[in-house]
Amino acid sequence: MPRIGVFICHCGENIGATVDCAAVAQAAGRLPGVVHAVDYKYMCSDPGQSLIKEAIREKRLTGVVVGACSPRMHEPTFRRACAEAGLNPFLCEMANLREHCSWVHEKGEVTTQKAIDLVRMLVEKVKRNRPLTPIRVPITKRALVLGGGIAGIQAALDIANAGHKVVLVERDPSIGGHMAQLSETFPTLDCSQCILTPRMVEVAQHPNITLYTYSELESLDGFIGNFRATIRKKARSVDESLCTGCGACIQKCAQKKIPSEFNAGLGRRTAIYVPFPQAVPNKPVIDRARCTYYKSGRCKLCEKACPTKAIRFDQEDELVTIDVGAVVVATGYDVKPTSFFPEYGYGEYKDVITGLQFERLASASGPTLGEIRRPSDNEVPKKIVFIACAGSRDPAKGIHYCSKICCMYTAKHAMLYSHKVHDGQAYVFYMDIRAGGKMYEEFVRRAVEEDHVRYVRGRVSRIYQKDGKLIVKGVDTLLNSRPVEVEADLVVLATAMTAQPDAEELAQKLKVSYDGDKFLNEAHPKLRPVEMNTAGIFVAGACQAPKDIPETVAQASGAASKVAGMFSRDELSREPVVAVVNRQPPPVWSTCVGCFLCETACAYQAIEREEIRGRDGSLIRTIAKVNESVCQGCGTCVALCRSKSIDLQGYTNEQVYAELLAL
Amino acid sequence: MRFGFFPGCSQEGSSREYQESLREVASRLGIELAEIPDWNCCGATAAHTLNHRLALALPARTLALAEQAGLDEVVVPCSACYNRLAGTRHELLHDEALRQQITDIIEMNWHGATRILNVLEWLNRVAGELPGHVSAPFGHRVACYYGCYLTRPKALAACRRIEDPIEMDELVRAVGAEPIRWAYKVECCGAGLSVSRTESVARLSERIVSDAVERGAEAIVVACPMCHTNLDLRRDAILAAAPPGGRSRLASIPVLYISQVIGLAMGVSPRPLGLHRHHVPVRLSAAPPSVAPVAPGEGEE
Repeated sequence: MPRIGVFICHCGENIGATVDCAAVAQAAGRLPGVVHAVDYKYMCSDPGQSLIKEAIREKRLTGVVVGACSPRMHEPTFRRACAEAGLNPFLCEMANLREHCSWVHEKGEVTTQKAIDLVRMLVEKVKRNRPLTPIRVPITKRALVLGGGIAGIQAALDIANAGHKVVLVERDPSIGGHMAQLSETFPTLDCSQCILTPRMVEVAQHPNITLYTYSELESLDGFIGNFRATIRKKARSVDESLCTGCGACIQKCAQKKIPSEFNAGLGRRTAIYVPFPQAVPNKPVIDRARCTYYKSGRCKLCEKACPTKAIRFDQEDELVTIDVGAVVVATGYDVKPTSFFPEYGYGEYKDVITGLQFERLASASGPTLGEIRRPSDNEVPKKIVFIACAGSRDPAKGIHYCSKICCMYTAKHAMLYSHKVHDGQAYVFYMDIRAGGKMYEEFVRRAVEEDHVRYVRGRVSRIYQKDGKLIVKGVDTLLNSRPVEVEADLVVLATAMTAQPDAEELAQKLKVSYDGDKFLNEAHPKLRPVEMNTAGIFVAGACQAPKDIPETVAQASGAASKVAGMFSRDELSREPVVAVVNRQPPPVWSTCVGCFLCETACAYQAIEREEIRGRDGSLIRTIAKVNESVCQGCGTCVALCRSKSIDLQGYTNEQVYAELLAL
Repeated sequence: MRFGFFPGCSQEGSSREYQESLREVASRLGIELAEIPDWNCCGATAAHTLNHRLALALPARTLALAEQAGLDEVVVPCSACYNRLAGTRHELLHDEALRQQITDIIEMNWHGATRILNVLEWLNRVAGELPGHVSAPFGHRVACYYGCYLTRPKALAACRRIEDPIEMDELVRAVGAEPIRWAYKVECCGAGLSVSRTESVARLSERIVSDAVERGAEAIVVACPMCHTNLDLRRDAILAAAPPGGRSRLASIPVLYISQVIGLAMGVSPRPLGLHRHHVPVRLSAAPPSVAPVAPGEGEE
């Protein structure tokens, strides 16, 4: 006879305010097979868990149903409690009274009745549960880090320094990401390259890090501890082992006017190029779309110039397969281009630039060597206008969220401008100043009070050109609340930070979830900020949401410590929710007829063939067998099996029918 | 083809040339504009500053009448009327309780079947017919002025790009004109302050006219009676507001309705298009033959 215990959680007000939890417990107590039913304010708390443990011991329970939140949230908690009291953890089930009931319905009798129904279903299921044991799987102690910006660099170094192997994949020819493009960093105004480039070198030299630049993830298969990644090493057209990085090829290249991505379009580069002098690795690539040889079949100037004969025009993309145990996604962000803004000239005005472009103007390694000179005529602008929230916090025309870093970098830009152009005036049009962070507010005040930046609270409705000036029409909503016009020489838009254009494609490759803005989702917004919903995949940096360098580095280190924690064990235990082909005593052996329709159906190549042989070694039958370390428990084979010979452990047909029939 | 037509007050009075030219163009295109029987005031600014339900009930009655008359789409030339009718339709379609309340007030049924079109939407709908009718391409540089209500609010989404609409630019290009790029396409003309604070209107409209003139426009094209009134009828006040010395060049630039431009390009003579009713005389030199008509959409930047 089953002896089931039912435990109803109020979840504070979450369930308790909508569902009559005491009534649910009472009703559950009257169900056949239920010998114990109680309700409690917070079942997941220590006293709550004790209620379950005591009942298991005292009432000799054979099964437990917890009516509480989503199993995604607390199933591990309650199963652990059961195990501690000596009950097989897979004899514990959760009825989701929160997401499936209290959160989606109004308070009332019908809602309470639904909660009772949900509990009754699970009671019927748990009566048919069998004790299961977790599956143990080995871990490949090598991590894959996607993206070589500051987030990827930090994560890779931290994992490598913990003693584990790391493969760092970057799609650009060099690591460094956006941080390498920045001039100074807030709130300390230390030079971005000065703090970043040593880390880049460390990555290149670290014995535990294998660096693949100019490479992209092609596909990722497998599961936590046992992923298999295929990396596409794009053809550099240069033999890296021979190239010494001397730069002779770059000097000879016939194409010299290609907009430089590193300089955000403000500088020029050649077709064979290194993105910037401090690049890691300092080995060029040929941009085949722009190269004269690839376009016309003639040129090869670089080949003639190369002293080590490293140019390889016929090099092909190479696919590399690597087994890894964990993945850190750190693929970064993009910014909206000026062409996104019709009211600010559609990108047609040369002297309306993005914040990233201003970084290059202000950077000592930039196209103007750090002098602030406007793109159109190379003059030093005497009046400069910064527009914060260009596209951000604007559900009508842009994006609804706050890009988070713009208030701070705009203050920094205005400050740098004031330091470099002493007779110039900087204006900042803003909505609000969001300067939460250590020494952040002080930094903004410094821009206003010491560097005399004129902060105007209001939006800019339009920019147009007139007599060589950019007329910035806006409004000052403070004091006398009047329209204002500034005749500016240069306008900098703090354009919204967005996800990478191919973020969605990447997320689908990794099978991880993402939000409406294509930012990747962490597993829990508060308590699991670096994990993702797919076990073994972690997230760091601005691919998850807009964030600044300190936050990015913190998250990257967090992700790295999660990976190191995982790698500190030799094997992982997996839930035994896998498909099983039934076995019977002879002479039946199994009801499987060996049609292998399941093999066709399985998306994970988990179906193997098993030969049943007699004592004399003669083949009796060949039946299907599920490789439990590969099976993902999706159940497709169960649905397809014509002889009903496969069942999903923990979700057998019998259990699911019992649940439904209880309704 | 048959469309419903809601004239509103202006089309019978101060801007009757707009209706005259619209009907002229429609008949040339073989389109019937059927006036909604027994239509009433849209409520305009007055109602919605005083009483929200009144502001909804007035247009709702007209919408219900249009529906009863079996009109699927109604052309509304005045931007303020358009805003009230399209806005009311939008609000009532998105709030069932409110719709119930308003239909109780007007004591009529309304299901939201009738769609509201402003003149630009309507003309763009039939733009495919235009090239065949153009006999005298309007070969002038023009400043297309949209004002406020043709592009806003976004929920009504009459124009694709609210900060830089191009619907009118496409239309004038289709009849041989050359739309200029300028800065005041959607700036405020002062609107209803025309009556109560004329000097504000003069100040705001002066900048619109100045920018158009400075960037080489020979005419300003509008699709709203209020815009027309402020830029045309208030020209003397605009001149008074202009800096001395710059006045004379602002005096002569005419303001035409989009339907008048199209009508002229179709070879209609000025009088049936009501050009003689303007305050600033429409004296445009003969069209230079160099500008060829372009089908809508082709010239988009």
